[in-house]
Amino acid sequence: MNDLFTLMKSELLVTAIIFILLFLKIGKGIQNDKLLTIIQFLLLLNLVFGFFFNEEGSLFGGMFYTNALIVFQKNVLNLGVLLISMLFANWFKKSEHMPEFFMLMLSALLGMFLMISSGNFLLFYLSLELATIPVAAMVNFDLEKRISSEAAMKMILSSAFSSGILLFGISLIYGITGTISFTEMPALLHQSPLMIIVFVFLFAAFAFKLSIVPFHLWTADVYEGAPFAATSFLSVISKGSVAFIFMATLYKVFQPMLGLWYNMMMLLSIATMIIGNLFALRQQSIKRFLAFSSIAQVGFILVGMSSNSTSGTAAVVYFILIYTFSNLAAFGVAAAIAYQTGKEKIDDYKGLYQTNPFLSWVMALALFSLAGIPPTAGFFGKLFLITSGASKANYFFITIAALNMIVSLYYYLKVVRAIFMDKNEQAIEKINIHPTTKFALLLCAAGVIFVGIFSWIYDYIQSLA
Amino acid sequence: MPEPGLYHLLFISAALFFIGMFGFFTRRNLVTMLMSIELILNSVNINFIAFNKYLWPNKMDGLFFVIFVIAIAAAEAAVAIAIIINLYRSHGSIDVEKAEELKY
Repeated sequence: MNDLFTLMKSELLVTAIIFILLFLKIGKGIQNDKLLTIIQFLLLLNLVFGFFFNEEGSLFGGMFYTNALIVFQKNVLNLGVLLISMLFANWFKKSEHMPEFFMLMLSALLGMFLMISSGNFLLFYLSLELATIPVAAMVNFDLEKRISSEAAMKMILSSAFSSGILLFGISLIYGITGTISFTEMPALLHQSPLMIIVFVFLFAAFAFKLSIVPFHLWTADVYEGAPFAATSFLSVISKGSVAFIFMATLYKVFQPMLGLWYNMMMLLSIATMIIGNLFALRQQSIKRFLAFSSIAQVGFILVGMSSNSTSGTAAVVYFILIYTFSNLAAFGVAAAIAYQTGKEKIDDYKGLYQTNPFLSWVMALALFSLAGIPPTAGFFGKLFLITSGASKANYFFITIAALNMIVSLYYYLKVVRAIFMDKNEQAIEKINIHPTTKFALLLCAAGVIFVGIFSWIYDYIQSLA
Repeated sequence: MPEPGLYHLLFISAALFFIGMFGFFTRRNLVTMLMSIELILNSVNINFIAFNKYLWPNKMDGLFFVIFVIAIAAAEAAVAIAIIINLYRSHGSIDVEKAEELKY
């Protein structure tokens, strides 16, 4: 019984917060201001508790498995949700249905936690659905906007289709091996034509969720139509959790088929980086720009994942921690500007530095980190990803990844140039930043700088992996 | 008349899967697209039951999986239909071609 409470600690805490929110919602109407503070406090408690009472073990006959690395991954996701609750304070306060938004977000987070620690295809499928269905409702949260409902429609249809493909793959793998448990499966897998089909199905489903290239078409549309809070949740938390479980299944379950998935991974990674970069070059809207840049970042994550080693695991987890800080900072700045002025075009940012130096510096830091320029953490993240990818001695692959980093520099710096160098008579007026938003932006900026400089963070992750 | 065997069932399920996929890509009505996805999910159910009955009669994983798939499909359809109703309110139509503001 004690095991249940220590091992499932993160899940139970999130469930408790969902219930508290439910009671606060049906009880006496509390003002949004107060409620948001309560929610932020609860999420902070949740994050702090994540660091204590960590044990390794499994529950329910191996269905649920957790260890120190998985707990760390959950803490990264918790941190992201806390930052989201602070960054978009302005929007949350105005929103009529704020508690519902958090309930949806936290149930999606609960699904992600269960997904990361699932040890069985049944729990994996259930939690994957729990992690995607609420997100579709979150995307539709701007009920009066036409583009919001269009984006939600695209999201729910593509995610339902991809889970259908995933299920077909799982059903065939059950037919081949007679088991759905992650631990029993590797011994029963042999390379056969049917197995290759199964693998293509499963890979396609994961690629849908991670927006890897042939399956990325929904990403930019959904990101553009969704409210900023939902967009950042999708691009950081949802992507991070799927990357974690994708890596875990590849390394544990599909280890016997290494030769097959390494080649697939290489092809998809190259396609993802090139297409993501080329499309990011021509975007005008900041949301679409960040969407394609996040597709390109997934390509780099795949480079690290293809190494099939513990250093690859450590590099991916470390990179996602950095990516959380830098991408959330970029979305936070864009949201602060959009809430006050309604401007979401990159051209509108010309001359932003004259009027809003703080926002400009945070945005510049975030973009430097996404591009991977040395003083920021993004450089170290990409360095570890690429060095662990290079351990396979496939230098053609690594060269293409490095060349893509140069292409990505061009479009990230284009935005920085618009902010700092271009003169503009009608620059965006002075933005009033909410104090919690300002604090969260400072936290993100500090994370972008210090996660790279403090080497013990990477050492700690490596010791867990 | 011979008993239907595993191959017959697998043929049916594969056919259903690809009919669903074809419908998903060719139909332009959102409710029909949702129905095509249900076809895909049902083909999966047939697969699980057939494998459970003919290949692994002692391992009931397949049967349990089917029950959960049916439940999740209902939940998914509920959210999808809510979104489609909202889309109908704002666009006045449930044709995907009418929802075309987000491009490139």
